[in-house]
Amino acid sequence: MANMDTTDLFALYRQMLLIRRFEEKSAEMYALAKIAGFLHLYIGEEAIAVGAIAALCPDDYAISAYRDHGHCLARGSDPGRVMAELFGKATGLCKGKGGSMHLVDLANRFMGGYAIVGGHIPLATGLAFAIQYQGQDLVTVCFFGEGAVPSGQAHEAFNLAALWKLPVIFVCENNRYGMGTPVERAIALYTDVAETARSYGIAAERVDGMDVLAVRSAMQRVVPQVRAGRGPYFIEATTYRFLGHSMSDPAHGHYRTKEEVEEHRRRDPLVILKQTILDHKLGGETDFKTVEREVGEAVAAAVAFAEESPFPPPSALYEDVIQE
Amino acid sequence: MVLSYREALNQAMREEMRRDTRIVLIGEEVGYYQGAFKVSKGFVEEFGPKRVVDTPITEAGFTGLAIGAAMAGLRPIVELMTMNFAIVALDQIVNNAAKIRYMSGGQLSVPLVIRGPGSAAHQLGAQHSQSLEAWFCHVPGLKVIAPATPHDAKGLLKSAIRDQNPVIFIEAQLLYGTKGEVAEGDYTIPIGTAEVKRPGLDVTIVAYSKMLQLALDAAESLSGEGIDVEVIDPRTLKPLDLDTIVSSVQKTGRLVIVEEGWRFCGLGAQIAESVYTAAFDFLDAPIVRVTGEDVPMPYSRPLEDAAIPDVPRVIAAVRSIR
Repeated sequence: MANMDTTDLFALYRQMLLIRRFEEKSAEMYALAKIAGFLHLYIGEEAIAVGAIAALCPDDYAISAYRDHGHCLARGSDPGRVMAELFGKATGLCKGKGGSMHLVDLANRFMGGYAIVGGHIPLATGLAFAIQYQGQDLVTVCFFGEGAVPSGQAHEAFNLAALWKLPVIFVCENNRYGMGTPVERAIALYTDVAETARSYGIAAERVDGMDVLAVRSAMQRVVPQVRAGRGPYFIEATTYRFLGHSMSDPAHGHYRTKEEVEEHRRRDPLVILKQTILDHKLGGETDFKTVEREVGEAVAAAVAFAEESPFPPPSALYEDVIQE
Repeated sequence: MVLSYREALNQAMREEMRRDTRIVLIGEEVGYYQGAFKVSKGFVEEFGPKRVVDTPITEAGFTGLAIGAAMAGLRPIVELMTMNFAIVALDQIVNNAAKIRYMSGGQLSVPLVIRGPGSAAHQLGAQHSQSLEAWFCHVPGLKVIAPATPHDAKGLLKSAIRDQNPVIFIEAQLLYGTKGEVAEGDYTIPIGTAEVKRPGLDVTIVAYSKMLQLALDAAESLSGEGIDVEVIDPRTLKPLDLDTIVSSVQKTGRLVIVEEGWRFCGLGAQIAESVYTAAFDFLDAPIVRVTGEDVPMPYSRPLEDAAIPDVPRVIAAVRSIR
């Protein structure tokens, strides 16, 4: 099997586990009121951010919606500074001004989380426009949920990207629900969301978003094409959010059953990758325990850093509204 | 040299685009059509379609694209065919352009100009005659400019293009053909500086964009009856040069504010509040506002005339506190 290298697979596993444990810890911190506001967790969807971003170069751009912790961490952000941002601390990535839904890490080319559904998709085409204009050998990857696909801004962005052959890869994380509304009640072409992109002349495909290797392999094939100037691409990554839409929404309830959630949990992206590693005898339980311990330490350190960090001083209120 | 307002804008953009290749002009009909109001005449010929980018009729999409391009190192100028269409792009302007710097804790910048004509022209109807400057001024993170003369238009547009922040630059269809003396060469006018357009001792009028000429005409007429009016054009609406206005009011003790936009929550209400706070003890009379009427703009000529400030109303306002 191609791409089967122990170090490489464990790197993917570690990234996904970091996101999983980070998110679990965030939920815990939310319950303790250390984190406030809206908190949308990425648990269940880790394979998409990790698989897609693994195919990027360091200077490529990534941009996301409001469920953005996973993309930010996968891009290489320091978990401590991400957690500090969730805590609203001065040491956070955005000095506590952004919060969970608006993480930005320019140094790692993570261009932000945006919380108006569909509103960041035109921004992604703009990043790609700048790449093309400046003749850079880069791509932009834009993550959004399937809930953004019917939005007008998404359609305008798809058309512009296709019209001008912009180097952007649209990664649609189809987790089947826009908050509590299932995809079949929200998108006319719900059986094939990628068809929306094809209608604008954008090449598109569906991948198993629970399989990090499938996501990465698709991206490794697509990114060089887009980088070479062949225009945008659309990937529908099918996935499932194991928890509620946000912290105020239970994992199951009015809009989906416990059985349905449990059914999908059987295809946990972490379990799938672990099984692949075990099947190919590229690692054993001891190795997984080591990763678990190291990730646990990293998340604990992130929380400690966030706890110890100061809140921004009142003088920060008017800073960064206008650039002098 | 004497230039039209349109030519002044054209020169400003042309000079800046020659100076800085990061500048691109993006909008509907800006290229081969030469601009809906011919502001970008000759641009596609000089700079090519890569830098003078015709777009489909999708203001949210291409405004958002320009914001993204600004985040990645370009300095786009978005031409909206009219400022009314900013409403279609308002999510991008308010939620992205204005906030990205703050939300990112200062990591990202959006050096962007969004320009186009606002206010009524001749009988364009309710959807094409709006003065929306108060909306933009309400949003932290935006700068708002509304020049009235060719000289100010050129100097301020050059400053807007060089600014590191998103700037809303409001022109006026009825100003495009007006002419005025414009300084030679490469000059800029600092954003946030008002100008005394006519000195006077008795009453201060603050007026911007198309309303400046009404104020000057009213002042001329009132001088015949012995009322010496000072006329101030803020030129930049946000940040507002309150000092220049307050200095004038300290001298005259009387203030009339003229704006074409709707009265309720209009920009004049904010200017009045700022002046009351800063100079209450200097006022000898209540501040009077002359504004557009609180109605969707009617098409019919007499009704449209009734909805927009005119010279007699400005004169009456001054007399009412003199």
